[in-house]
Amino acid sequence: MSPFQSNIPSSEITPKEVFLSRRDVLKAAGFAGLGALLAACAPQAVSSSGAQAAPPDVPNSLEDISNYNNYYEFTVDKARVAPLAKDFTSRPWTVEVGGLVNNPKTYDVDELIKKFQPEERIYRLRCVEAWSMVIPWMGFPLAKLLAEVEPASDAKYVAFETIYDPDQMPGQKSPLFPWPYREGLRMDEAMNDLAILATGLYGDLLPNQNGAPIRLVVPWKYGFKSIKGIVRIELTNEEPATLWSSASPNEYGFYANVNPNVSHPRWSQASERRIGELTRRPTLMFNGYAEQVAHLYEGMDLAKNY
Amino acid sequence: MPSLKRYTPLQIFMHAAASFPLVRLVFEAFTGGLTANPIQHIEQRTGRAALTLLILALAVTPLNTLFGWSELIKRRRALGLYAFLYACVHVIIFLNLDYGLAWSLIVQTVFEKPYILLGAAAFLLLIPLAVTSFDVWKARLGKRWKYLHMLLYFIVPIATLHYAWGKKGDFFHFSGEVGRPWAYAIVFIMLMILRIPAVRRFFASLRTRLRLPFSINKPQAS
Repeated sequence: MSPFQSNIPSSEITPKEVFLSRRDVLKAAGFAGLGALLAACAPQAVSSSGAQAAPPDVPNSLEDISNYNNYYEFTVDKARVAPLAKDFTSRPWTVEVGGLVNNPKTYDVDELIKKFQPEERIYRLRCVEAWSMVIPWMGFPLAKLLAEVEPASDAKYVAFETIYDPDQMPGQKSPLFPWPYREGLRMDEAMNDLAILATGLYGDLLPNQNGAPIRLVVPWKYGFKSIKGIVRIELTNEEPATLWSSASPNEYGFYANVNPNVSHPRWSQASERRIGELTRRPTLMFNGYAEQVAHLYEGMDLAKNY
Repeated sequence: MPSLKRYTPLQIFMHAAASFPLVRLVFEAFTGGLTANPIQHIEQRTGRAALTLLILALAVTPLNTLFGWSELIKRRRALGLYAFLYACVHVIIFLNLDYGLAWSLIVQTVFEKPYILLGAAAFLLLIPLAVTSFDVWKARLGKRWKYLHMLLYFIVPIATLHYAWGKKGDFFHFSGEVGRPWAYAIVFIMLMILRIPAVRRFFASLRTRLRLPFSINKPQAS
Protein backbone atom coordinates (compact mmCIF):
# COMPACT_ATOMS: atom_id res chain seq x y z
CA MET A 1 0.00 0.00 0.00
CA SER A 2 1.32 3.38 -0.90
CA PRO A 3 2.18 5.59 2.05
CA PHE A 4 -0.06 8.19 0.45
CA GLN A 5 -3.17 6.18 1.12
CA SER A 6 -2.55 5.36 4.76
CA ASN A 7 -5.15 6.51 7.18
CA ILE A 8 -4.56 7.40 10.79
CA PRO A 9 -6.92 7.67 13.69
CA SER A 10 -7.26 11.31 14.01
CA SER A 11 -8.72 12.81 17.12
CA GLU A 12 -6.08 15.37 17.83
CA ILE A 13 -8.23 17.45 20.11
CA THR A 14 -6.45 18.05 23.36
CA PRO A 15 -8.10 16.03 26.11
CA LYS A 16 -9.78 18.46 28.42
CA GLU A 17 -7.72 17.52 31.49
CA VAL A 18 -4.47 18.04 29.59
CA PHE A 19 -5.73 21.35 28.31
CA LEU A 20 -6.75 22.46 31.80
CA SER A 21 -3.51 21.46 33.42
CA ARG A 22 -1.58 23.16 30.67
CA ARG A 23 -3.59 26.25 31.29
CA ASP A 24 -2.56 26.23 34.96
CA VAL A 25 1.08 25.83 34.03
CA LEU A 26 0.73 28.76 31.67
CA LYS A 27 -0.98 30.90 34.19
CA ALA A 28 1.73 30.15 36.73
CA ALA A 29 4.46 30.87 34.24
CA GLY A 30 2.90 34.03 32.99
CA PHE A 31 3.73 34.95 29.48
CA ALA A 32 7.49 34.60 29.70
CA GLY A 33 8.72 31.71 27.65
CA LEU A 34 5.24 30.96 26.41
CA GLY A 35 6.39 29.53 23.12
CA ALA A 36 9.06 27.32 24.62
CA LEU A 37 6.71 26.01 27.25
CA LEU A 38 4.03 25.12 24.78
CA ALA A 39 6.50 23.46 22.52
CA ALA A 40 7.57 21.33 25.45
CA CYS A 41 3.99 20.43 26.34
CA ALA A 42 2.78 19.77 22.86
CA PRO A 43 3.97 16.20 22.24
CA GLN A 44 2.19 15.10 25.38
CA ALA A 45 -0.97 16.77 24.20
CA VAL A 46 -1.19 14.88 20.95
CA SER A 47 0.48 11.58 21.82
CA SER A 48 -2.84 9.91 22.62
CA SER A 49 -3.69 9.35 18.98
CA GLY A 50 -1.88 6.00 18.95
CA ALA A 51 -1.32 6.31 15.23
CA GLN A 52 0.99 3.74 13.76
CA ALA A 53 3.54 5.06 11.26
CA ALA A 54 1.95 8.49 11.20
CA PRO A 55 4.48 11.19 11.97
CA PRO A 56 3.68 13.15 15.12
CA ASP A 57 1.79 16.43 14.99
CA VAL A 58 3.60 19.09 16.96
CA PRO A 59 2.05 22.56 17.09
CA ASN A 60 3.91 25.13 15.04
CA SER A 61 5.43 28.09 16.83
CA LEU A 62 3.40 31.25 17.32
CA GLU A 63 6.14 32.95 15.31
CA ASP A 64 5.47 30.73 12.28
CA ILE A 65 1.69 30.76 12.66
CA SER A 66 1.55 34.54 12.85
CA ASN A 67 4.11 35.36 10.15
CA TYR A 68 3.11 33.09 7.30
CA ASN A 69 -0.44 33.95 6.36
CA ASN A 70 -2.70 33.76 3.38
CA TYR A 71 -4.95 36.76 3.86
CA TYR A 72 -5.40 38.30 0.43
CA GLU A 73 -7.38 41.20 1.90
CA PHE A 74 -3.97 42.55 2.91
CA THR A 75 -1.57 41.12 0.33
CA VAL A 76 -0.87 37.92 -1.58
CA ASP A 77 2.62 37.88 -0.02
CA LYS A 78 2.39 35.55 2.98
CA ALA A 79 5.29 37.13 4.84
CA ARG A 80 3.94 40.67 4.47
CA VAL A 81 0.46 40.11 5.89
CA ALA A 82 1.61 40.49 9.50
CA PRO A 83 3.18 43.97 9.11
CA LEU A 84 0.27 45.18 6.95
CA ALA A 85 -2.32 43.93 9.46
CA LYS A 86 -0.52 45.41 12.45
CA ASP A 87 -2.85 48.39 12.82
CA PHE A 88 -6.06 46.67 11.76
CA THR A 89 -8.95 47.63 14.06
CA SER A 90 -10.65 44.52 15.36
CA ARG A 91 -12.62 46.27 18.13
CA PRO A 92 -15.41 47.25 18.37
CA TRP A 93 -16.64 44.43 16.14
CA THR A 94 -20.04 42.99 15.55
CA VAL A 95 -21.16 39.81 13.86
CA GLU A 96 -24.59 39.86 12.29
CA VAL A 97 -26.30 36.48 12.31
CA GLY A 98 -29.42 36.30 10.19
CA GLY A 99 -31.15 34.82 7.19
CA LEU A 100 -33.31 31.77 7.73
CA VAL A 101 -33.29 31.82 11.52
CA ASN A 102 -35.95 32.43 14.14
CA ASN A 103 -33.75 34.67 16.32
CA PRO A 104 -31.63 36.91 14.10
CA LYS A 105 -29.19 38.86 16.21
CA THR A 106 -26.15 41.08 15.94
CA TYR A 107 -23.51 40.12 18.49
CA ASP A 108 -20.59 42.07 19.79
CA VAL A 109 -17.55 39.81 19.42
CA ASP A 110 -16.64 40.16 23.10
CA GLU A 111 -20.16 39.13 23.99
CA LEU A 112 -19.66 35.95 21.93
CA ILE A 113 -16.39 35.22 23.68
CA LYS A 114 -17.98 35.70 27.09
CA LYS A 115 -21.03 33.69 26.25
CA PHE A 116 -19.45 30.69 24.56
CA GLN A 117 -16.21 30.35 26.58
CA PRO A 118 -13.62 29.42 23.92
CA GLU A 119 -11.66 26.23 24.56
CA GLU A 120 -8.39 25.10 23.04
CA ARG A 121 -8.55 22.97 19.91
CA ILE A 122 -5.30 21.77 18.36
CA TYR A 123 -5.99 21.23 14.67
CA ARG A 124 -4.00 20.50 11.57
CA LEU A 125 -4.46 23.17 8.91
CA ARG A 126 -3.86 22.06 5.33
CA CYS A 127 -3.51 24.81 2.72
CA VAL A 128 -4.56 24.06 -0.86
CA GLU A 129 -1.04 25.23 -1.79
CA ALA A 130 0.19 21.97 -0.21
CA TRP A 131 1.70 23.22 3.01
CA SER A 132 0.32 22.56 6.47
CA MET A 133 0.65 23.59 10.09
CA VAL A 134 -0.63 22.45 13.48
CA ILE A 135 -2.38 25.26 15.28
CA PRO A 136 -3.66 25.51 18.86
CA TRP A 137 -6.79 27.58 18.33
CA MET A 138 -9.07 28.99 21.00
CA GLY A 139 -12.65 28.75 19.83
CA PHE A 140 -16.17 27.49 20.34
CA PRO A 141 -18.31 25.19 18.21
CA LEU A 142 -20.19 27.00 15.48
CA ALA A 143 -23.11 24.73 16.39
CA LYS A 144 -23.51 26.57 19.71
CA LEU A 145 -24.03 29.90 18.00
CA LEU A 146 -26.38 28.37 15.43
CA ALA A 147 -28.44 26.72 18.16
CA GLU A 148 -28.87 30.09 19.79
CA VAL A 149 -30.28 31.79 16.68
CA GLU A 150 -32.48 28.76 15.94
CA PRO A 151 -32.17 27.83 12.26
CA ALA A 152 -35.48 27.74 10.40
CA SER A 153 -36.50 24.36 9.03
CA ASP A 154 -35.68 25.36 5.45
CA ALA A 155 -32.12 26.52 6.28
CA LYS A 156 -29.71 24.28 4.37
CA TYR A 157 -26.48 26.27 4.22
CA VAL A 158 -24.50 28.72 6.29
CA ALA A 159 -22.86 31.62 4.44
CA PHE A 160 -20.06 33.71 5.92
CA GLU A 161 -18.71 37.09 4.90
CA THR A 162 -15.49 38.92 5.75
CA ILE A 163 -15.37 42.62 6.52
CA TYR A 164 -15.00 44.83 3.43
CA ASP A 165 -12.80 47.79 4.31
CA PRO A 166 -10.29 48.65 1.56
CA ASP A 167 -8.89 51.54 3.61
CA GLN A 168 -7.66 49.08 6.20
CA MET A 169 -7.18 46.17 3.85
CA PRO A 170 -5.18 47.31 0.82
CA GLY A 171 -5.49 43.96 -0.95
CA GLN A 172 -9.22 44.57 -1.33
CA LYS A 173 -8.38 47.28 -3.85
CA SER A 174 -7.32 44.56 -6.28
CA PRO A 175 -9.90 44.18 -9.05
CA LEU A 176 -8.77 40.60 -9.62
CA PHE A 177 -10.91 39.22 -6.79
CA PRO A 178 -14.68 39.40 -6.26
CA TRP A 179 -14.58 41.02 -2.80
CA PRO A 180 -15.71 40.66 -0.11
CA TYR A 181 -14.47 37.20 0.81
CA ARG A 182 -17.35 34.76 1.13
CA GLU A 183 -17.45 31.18 2.27
CA GLY A 184 -20.08 28.64 3.11
CA LEU A 185 -20.84 25.29 4.69
CA ARG A 186 -23.67 22.85 4.39
CA MET A 187 -25.81 22.81 7.54
CA ASP A 188 -24.62 19.38 8.73
CA GLU A 189 -21.00 20.44 8.19
CA ALA A 190 -21.59 23.60 10.18
CA MET A 191 -23.18 21.59 13.02
CA ASN A 192 -20.23 19.15 13.22
CA ASP A 193 -18.35 19.56 16.46
CA LEU A 194 -15.00 20.05 14.67
CA ALA A 195 -16.24 23.27 13.04
CA ILE A 196 -15.39 26.14 15.34
CA LEU A 197 -15.41 29.89 15.37
CA ALA A 198 -11.91 30.74 16.58
CA THR A 199 -11.23 33.87 18.59
CA GLY A 200 -7.78 33.03 19.87
CA LEU A 201 -4.45 31.34 19.32
CA TYR A 202 -2.01 29.89 21.87
CA GLY A 203 -4.30 30.94 24.70
CA ASP A 204 -4.32 34.60 23.64
CA LEU A 205 -6.58 36.65 21.38
CA LEU A 206 -6.30 36.05 17.65
CA PRO A 207 -3.56 38.12 15.95
CA ASN A 208 -4.93 40.40 13.22
CA GLN A 209 -3.10 38.49 10.49
CA ASN A 210 -4.77 35.23 11.57
CA GLY A 211 -8.26 36.63 11.13
CA ALA A 212 -9.01 38.70 14.24
CA PRO A 213 -11.30 39.02 15.95
CA ILE A 214 -13.25 35.97 14.81
CA ARG A 215 -12.79 33.39 12.07
CA LEU A 216 -14.05 30.01 11.01
CA VAL A 217 -11.90 26.89 11.38
CA VAL A 218 -12.98 23.75 9.51
CA PRO A 219 -9.90 21.53 9.77
CA TRP A 220 -11.00 18.80 7.33
CA LYS A 221 -11.24 21.32 4.49
CA TYR A 222 -8.54 23.28 2.68
CA GLY A 223 -7.51 26.41 4.54
CA PHE A 224 -9.32 28.86 2.27
CA LYS A 225 -12.67 27.58 3.62
CA SER A 226 -11.72 28.88 7.07
CA ILE A 227 -12.82 32.45 6.42
CA LYS A 228 -11.30 35.25 8.49
CA GLY A 229 -12.55 38.54 9.97
CA ILE A 230 -16.22 37.49 9.89
CA VAL A 231 -18.87 40.23 10.05
CA ARG A 232 -21.90 38.37 8.73
CA ILE A 233 -23.30 34.86 9.01
CA GLU A 234 -26.39 34.09 6.99
CA LEU A 235 -28.43 30.91 6.84
CA THR A 236 -29.77 30.17 3.37
CA ASN A 237 -31.57 27.47 1.46
CA GLU A 238 -29.25 27.73 -1.55
CA GLU A 239 -25.59 26.85 -1.84
CA PRO A 240 -23.83 30.18 -1.32
CA ALA A 241 -21.29 31.53 -3.80
CA THR A 242 -17.76 31.68 -2.39
CA LEU A 243 -14.90 33.95 -3.39
CA TRP A 244 -12.70 31.20 -4.77
CA SER A 245 -15.48 29.30 -6.51
CA SER A 246 -16.41 32.59 -8.23
CA ALA A 247 -12.82 33.51 -9.09
CA SER A 248 -11.93 30.12 -10.54
CA PRO A 249 -14.98 27.83 -10.67
CA ASN A 250 -13.40 24.74 -12.16
CA GLU A 251 -10.60 24.74 -9.61
CA TYR A 252 -12.29 25.56 -6.34
CA GLY A 253 -15.48 23.77 -5.49
CA PHE A 254 -17.89 24.41 -2.67
CA TYR A 255 -16.81 21.43 -0.57
CA ALA A 256 -13.00 21.72 -0.77
CA ASN A 257 -12.46 18.72 1.49
CA VAL A 258 -8.82 17.77 1.93
CA ASN A 259 -8.48 14.76 -0.34
CA PRO A 260 -5.15 13.28 -1.47
CA ASN A 261 -6.90 11.31 -4.21
CA VAL A 262 -8.53 14.25 -5.95
CA SER A 263 -6.04 16.61 -7.55
CA HIS A 264 -6.58 20.28 -7.97
CA PRO A 265 -6.52 20.67 -11.77
CA ARG A 266 -3.06 22.14 -11.57
CA TRP A 267 -1.72 20.60 -8.34
CA SER A 268 -1.40 17.12 -7.02
CA GLN A 269 -2.71 17.05 -3.47
CA ALA A 270 -1.04 13.75 -2.58
CA SER A 271 1.63 15.23 -0.35
CA GLU A 272 2.27 18.33 1.68
CA ARG A 273 5.04 20.16 3.47
CA ARG A 274 4.51 20.57 7.18
CA ILE A 275 5.94 23.97 8.03
CA GLY A 276 9.16 23.40 9.96
CA GLU A 277 9.88 20.02 8.39
CA LEU A 278 12.27 19.15 5.59
CA THR A 279 10.59 16.13 4.04
CA ARG A 280 7.11 16.04 2.60
CA ARG A 281 4.33 14.14 4.31
CA PRO A 282 1.53 12.19 2.71
CA THR A 283 -1.73 14.13 2.82
CA LEU A 284 -4.46 12.39 4.79
CA MET A 285 -8.08 11.92 3.74
CA PHE A 286 -10.16 14.72 5.28
CA ASN A 287 -6.85 15.98 6.67
CA GLY A 288 -6.90 13.06 9.10
CA TYR A 289 -10.39 13.77 10.43
CA ALA A 290 -12.20 11.05 8.47
CA GLU A 291 -13.46 9.44 11.68
CA GLN A 292 -15.38 12.58 12.58
CA VAL A 293 -16.58 13.79 9.18
CA ALA A 294 -16.52 11.01 6.57
CA HIS A 295 -20.17 10.15 7.30
CA LEU A 296 -21.21 13.62 6.10
CA TYR A 297 -20.24 12.68 2.56
CA GLU A 298 -21.51 9.11 2.32
CA GLY A 299 -22.80 8.36 -1.13
CA MET A 300 -21.32 11.52 -2.59
CA ASP A 301 -18.85 11.44 -5.48
CA LEU A 302 -16.01 13.45 -3.98
CA ALA A 303 -14.24 13.77 -7.33
CA LYS A 304 -17.28 15.60 -8.63
CA ASN A 305 -18.08 17.47 -5.45
CA TYR A 306 -14.55 18.76 -4.97
CA MET B 1 44.44 41.10 -12.42
CA PRO B 2 41.94 43.06 -14.48
CA SER B 3 41.21 46.37 -12.83
CA LEU B 4 37.68 47.62 -12.31
CA LYS B 5 38.33 50.24 -14.99
CA ARG B 6 38.10 47.57 -17.63
CA TYR B 7 34.41 47.27 -16.90
CA THR B 8 31.85 49.72 -18.21
CA PRO B 9 29.34 51.26 -15.77
CA LEU B 10 26.57 49.26 -17.42
CA GLN B 11 28.55 46.08 -16.92
CA ILE B 12 29.12 46.78 -13.25
CA PHE B 13 25.49 47.71 -12.74
CA MET B 14 24.31 44.62 -14.53
CA HIS B 15 26.45 42.23 -12.49
CA ALA B 16 25.39 43.92 -9.27
CA ALA B 17 21.69 43.86 -10.18
CA ALA B 18 21.78 40.29 -11.47
CA SER B 19 23.43 38.98 -8.32
CA PHE B 20 21.12 40.98 -6.07
CA PRO B 21 18.45 38.25 -5.70
CA LEU B 22 21.12 35.76 -4.63
CA VAL B 23 22.74 38.22 -2.23
CA ARG B 24 19.32 39.01 -0.81
CA LEU B 25 18.54 35.33 -0.21
CA VAL B 26 21.85 34.83 1.57
CA PHE B 27 21.15 37.93 3.68
CA GLU B 28 17.68 36.63 4.51
CA ALA B 29 19.09 33.24 5.41
CA PHE B 30 21.19 34.90 8.10
CA THR B 31 18.49 37.25 9.37
CA GLY B 32 15.57 34.82 9.45
CA GLY B 33 13.86 36.42 6.47
CA LEU B 34 13.24 33.23 4.53
CA THR B 35 9.71 32.94 6.00
CA ALA B 36 8.26 29.91 7.76
CA ASN B 37 8.41 28.03 4.46
CA PRO B 38 12.00 28.68 3.32
CA ILE B 39 12.08 26.03 0.61
CA GLN B 40 9.09 27.47 -1.20
CA HIS B 41 10.37 31.00 -0.63
CA ILE B 42 13.73 30.24 -2.26
CA GLU B 43 12.02 28.36 -5.09
CA GLN B 44 9.74 31.27 -5.85
CA ARG B 45 12.46 33.91 -5.60
CA THR B 46 14.93 32.10 -7.83
CA GLY B 47 12.20 31.27 -10.32
CA ARG B 48 11.14 34.87 -10.53
CA ALA B 49 14.76 36.04 -10.85
CA ALA B 50 15.33 33.61 -13.72
CA LEU B 51 12.22 34.75 -15.57
CA THR B 52 13.00 38.43 -15.01
CA LEU B 53 16.50 38.00 -16.40
CA LEU B 54 15.26 36.07 -19.43
CA ILE B 55 12.82 38.88 -20.19
CA LEU B 56 15.62 41.42 -19.78
CA ALA B 57 17.66 39.41 -22.27
CA LEU B 58 14.73 39.63 -24.66
CA ALA B 59 14.57 43.39 -24.06
CA VAL B 60 18.08 43.96 -25.40
CA THR B 61 17.21 44.06 -29.09
CA PRO B 62 14.11 46.29 -28.72
CA LEU B 63 15.99 48.69 -26.43
CA ASN B 64 18.71 48.91 -29.03
CA THR B 65 16.08 49.57 -31.69
CA LEU B 66 14.39 52.27 -29.65
CA PHE B 67 17.40 54.02 -28.18
CA GLY B 68 20.35 52.83 -30.20
CA TRP B 69 21.81 51.42 -27.03
CA SER B 70 24.15 48.96 -28.65
CA GLU B 71 26.31 48.17 -25.64
CA LEU B 72 23.38 46.16 -24.30
CA ILE B 73 23.97 43.55 -26.98
CA LYS B 74 27.33 42.75 -25.45
CA ARG B 75 25.68 42.16 -22.07
CA ARG B 76 23.00 39.82 -23.28
CA ARG B 77 24.98 36.62 -22.81
CA ALA B 78 25.64 37.44 -19.15
CA LEU B 79 21.92 38.13 -18.59
CA GLY B 80 21.07 34.75 -20.08
CA LEU B 81 23.70 32.92 -18.04
CA TYR B 82 22.56 34.56 -14.82
CA ALA B 83 19.02 33.48 -15.70
CA PHE B 84 20.28 29.94 -16.24
CA LEU B 85 22.08 30.02 -12.90
CA TYR B 86 18.88 31.00 -11.08
CA ALA B 87 16.91 28.41 -13.02
CA CYS B 88 19.46 25.76 -11.96
CA VAL B 89 19.16 26.74 -8.30
CA HIS B 90 15.37 26.74 -8.71
CA VAL B 91 15.37 23.21 -10.17
CA ILE B 92 17.99 21.83 -7.75
CA ILE B 93 15.99 23.11 -4.76
CA PHE B 94 12.82 21.62 -6.20
CA LEU B 95 14.39 18.19 -6.73
CA ASN B 96 16.61 18.02 -3.66
CA LEU B 97 14.95 19.98 -0.92
CA ASP B 98 11.29 20.17 -1.87
CA TYR B 99 10.98 16.60 -3.08
CA GLY B 100 14.06 15.09 -1.41
CA LEU B 101 15.04 13.27 -4.63
CA ALA B 102 12.02 10.99 -4.20
CA TRP B 103 11.89 10.21 -7.90
CA SER B 104 8.58 8.39 -7.99
CA LEU B 105 6.93 11.33 -6.24
CA ILE B 106 8.72 13.77 -8.55
CA VAL B 107 7.57 11.92 -11.67
CA GLN B 108 4.02 11.76 -10.31
CA THR B 109 4.15 15.48 -9.50
CA VAL B 110 5.49 16.46 -12.92
CA PHE B 111 2.62 14.70 -14.65
CA GLU B 112 -0.09 15.62 -12.17
CA LYS B 113 0.83 19.28 -12.06
CA PRO B 114 0.83 20.77 -15.55
CA TYR B 115 2.67 23.84 -14.30
CA ILE B 116 5.60 21.69 -13.19
CA LEU B 117 5.63 20.03 -16.62
CA LEU B 118 5.82 23.49 -18.21
CA GLY B 119 8.63 24.48 -15.86
CA ALA B 120 10.55 21.31 -16.72
CA ALA B 121 10.09 21.99 -20.43
CA ALA B 122 11.32 25.59 -20.09
CA PHE B 123 14.36 24.46 -18.14
CA LEU B 124 15.29 21.68 -20.56
CA LEU B 125 15.00 24.06 -23.51
CA LEU B 126 17.22 26.54 -21.73
CA ILE B 127 20.10 24.07 -21.36
CA PRO B 128 21.22 24.06 -25.04
CA LEU B 129 21.10 27.84 -25.06
CA ALA B 130 23.36 28.07 -22.02
CA VAL B 131 25.75 25.46 -23.42
CA THR B 132 26.04 27.17 -26.81
CA SER B 133 26.28 30.68 -25.42
CA PHE B 134 30.06 30.75 -25.78
CA ASP B 135 31.95 32.16 -28.76
CA VAL B 136 33.28 28.76 -29.84
CA TRP B 137 29.77 27.50 -30.34
CA LYS B 138 28.60 30.71 -31.90
CA ALA B 139 31.33 30.40 -34.52
CA ARG B 140 30.75 26.70 -35.00
CA LEU B 141 26.99 27.00 -35.48
CA GLY B 142 27.02 30.08 -37.68
CA LYS B 143 23.57 31.12 -38.76
CA ARG B 144 21.98 28.18 -36.97
CA TRP B 145 23.13 29.70 -33.67
CA LYS B 146 20.74 32.58 -34.12
CA TYR B 147 17.81 30.29 -34.86
CA LEU B 148 18.67 28.10 -31.88
CA HIS B 149 18.65 31.09 -29.58
CA MET B 150 15.28 32.17 -30.92
CA LEU B 151 14.02 29.30 -28.73
CA LEU B 152 13.85 31.96 -26.06
CA TYR B 153 10.71 33.29 -27.77
CA PHE B 154 9.07 30.02 -26.70
CA ILE B 155 10.85 29.52 -23.39
CA VAL B 156 9.70 32.82 -21.91
CA PRO B 157 5.97 32.29 -22.50
CA ILE B 158 6.26 28.70 -21.27
CA ALA B 159 8.02 29.88 -18.12
CA THR B 160 5.47 32.67 -17.65
CA LEU B 161 2.61 30.19 -17.88
CA HIS B 162 4.50 27.92 -15.46
CA TYR B 163 4.60 30.87 -13.05
CA ALA B 164 0.94 31.78 -13.60
CA TRP B 165 -0.37 28.25 -13.20
CA GLY B 166 1.50 27.83 -9.94
CA LYS B 167 -0.72 30.56 -8.50
CA LYS B 168 -4.28 30.38 -7.26
CA GLY B 169 -6.67 31.83 -9.79
CA ASP B 170 -7.60 31.77 -13.42
CA PHE B 171 -4.85 33.36 -15.53
CA PHE B 172 -6.85 33.62 -18.75
CA HIS B 173 -9.86 35.15 -17.03
CA PHE B 174 -7.85 37.79 -15.17
CA SER B 175 -9.15 36.40 -11.92
CA GLY B 176 -7.26 35.53 -8.75
CA GLU B 177 -3.57 35.83 -7.94
CA VAL B 178 -2.57 36.55 -11.52
CA GLY B 179 -1.39 40.18 -11.36
CA ARG B 180 2.34 39.53 -11.37
CA PRO B 181 2.29 36.79 -14.00
CA TRP B 182 0.27 39.11 -16.23
CA ALA B 183 2.81 41.89 -15.73
CA TYR B 184 5.48 39.53 -17.06
CA ALA B 185 3.23 38.41 -19.90
CA ILE B 186 2.46 41.98 -20.99
CA VAL B 187 6.13 42.98 -21.03
CA PHE B 188 6.91 39.86 -23.05
CA ILE B 189 4.14 40.64 -25.56
CA MET B 190 5.38 44.21 -25.98
CA LEU B 191 8.93 43.01 -26.55
CA MET B 192 7.69 40.63 -29.22
CA ILE B 193 5.65 43.35 -30.93
CA LEU B 194 8.79 45.48 -31.11
CA ARG B 195 10.40 42.62 -33.04
CA ILE B 196 7.88 42.72 -35.85
CA PRO B 197 9.96 43.99 -38.80
CA ALA B 198 7.55 46.83 -39.71
CA VAL B 199 7.35 48.03 -36.12
CA ARG B 200 11.08 47.74 -35.74
CA ARG B 201 11.74 49.72 -38.92
CA PHE B 202 9.27 52.38 -37.87
CA PHE B 203 10.99 52.98 -34.54
CA ALA B 204 14.48 52.78 -36.04
CA SER B 205 13.66 55.44 -38.64
CA LEU B 206 11.84 57.54 -36.04
CA ARG B 207 14.95 57.56 -33.90
CA THR B 208 17.30 58.62 -36.69
CA ARG B 209 14.88 61.19 -38.11
CA LEU B 210 14.09 62.84 -34.79
CA ARG B 211 17.53 62.47 -33.22
CA LEU B 212 15.71 61.81 -29.99
CA PRO B 213 17.33 63.50 -27.00
CA PHE B 214 17.35 60.23 -25.06
CA SER B 215 19.20 58.42 -27.79
CA ILE B 216 22.14 56.60 -26.25
CA ASN B 217 24.47 56.44 -29.18
CA LYS B 218 27.79 56.15 -27.49
CA PRO B 219 30.87 55.33 -29.52
CA GLN B 220 31.91 51.81 -28.73
CA ALA B 221 35.22 51.19 -27.06
CA SER B 222 36.76 48.20 -28.71
